[in-house]
Amino acid sequence: MLLIPCPYCGEREESEFHQGGEAHIERPKDPNKMTDEEWADYLFFRDNRKGVYLERWVHRHGCRRWFNVARDTATNQIVAVYKMGSKPPKSITSRVTMK
Amino acid sequence: MANTYLRQTPLAHLHLDARAANEAADATTGVHIGERLLLGMINLRGQRSNPDFGPAVKKVVGAALPDVNKTSGKPEGVHVLGLGPDEWLIITPTGEEADIHANLEKVVGEFHTAVTLTGESMTVIRLAGAHARDTLAKGCPVDMHPRVFGPGQCAQTILARADMTMHQTADDAYDIIVRRSFAEYVWTWLEDAAREYGVRVITGLR
Repeated sequence: MLLIPCPYCGEREESEFHQGGEAHIERPKDPNKMTDEEWADYLFFRDNRKGVYLERWVHRHGCRRWFNVARDTATNQIVAVYKMGSKPPKSITSRVTMK
Repeated sequence: MANTYLRQTPLAHLHLDARAANEAADATTGVHIGERLLLGMINLRGQRSNPDFGPAVKKVVGAALPDVNKTSGKPEGVHVLGLGPDEWLIITPTGEEADIHANLEKVVGEFHTAVTLTGESMTVIRLAGAHARDTLAKGCPVDMHPRVFGPGQCAQTILARADMTMHQTADDAYDIIVRRSFAEYVWTWLEDAAREYGVRVITGLR
């Protein structure tokens, strides 16, 4: 069981949360100009990285807020937690390969 | 014939009054459990970043807006639970919610807010006694040790897989706010969990 530090409620057990997939995926500005392959990549394809991974979580049974979590997929260690709309903290960016 | 609306608590069908009359508490009772009857509830959303918002609400409600997982006001009167960074639950004695709701709508209308009456969809189960905390801890993932969770704090979490909002009202007393449709399940779960400590029903809680 992970202890996830919700940016609003503090450390709570994983069972209160729900994972929402990779973070920082932006909807393309002009989908009509994209090839089917590019559109499929946006819709369906996600990184499957070993190491620090940026993902979205929601505190579903708590404050019901979304936030970002940087989690090491190899060790399950949570490296950082930061609010929606903000960028990952500088201290971890060297460990993450952004797309 | 027109049907008149009979307002009943979500646990009325368990006939708790009759049970309380038949089973008196004694010194061996470790947990007292009862339903707080028909409290009013108002869910308030708003932006605290606006410095005028908090004071405007306080003027109507009589209690300040608390931080997340904190509360303000007295549990017997109008009190406010901090549910999220921009969400609060105002709990009022029976019948006081309509006026507060109407006044809030008037006063906070100028802000970016939502004010919703939610009391009918919820009920409050009071758990008290020396083993109230042990009982809750059996089904709740929140660390309730006194060094991290004490009177005046609240948490939205899970109790035996059901969503609940927990408010510690005193050293050994908790208000458990659950959805109406979960009330019977949570009640029977709590009674079962508390059985080993000696459990008695209390009634007439307001």
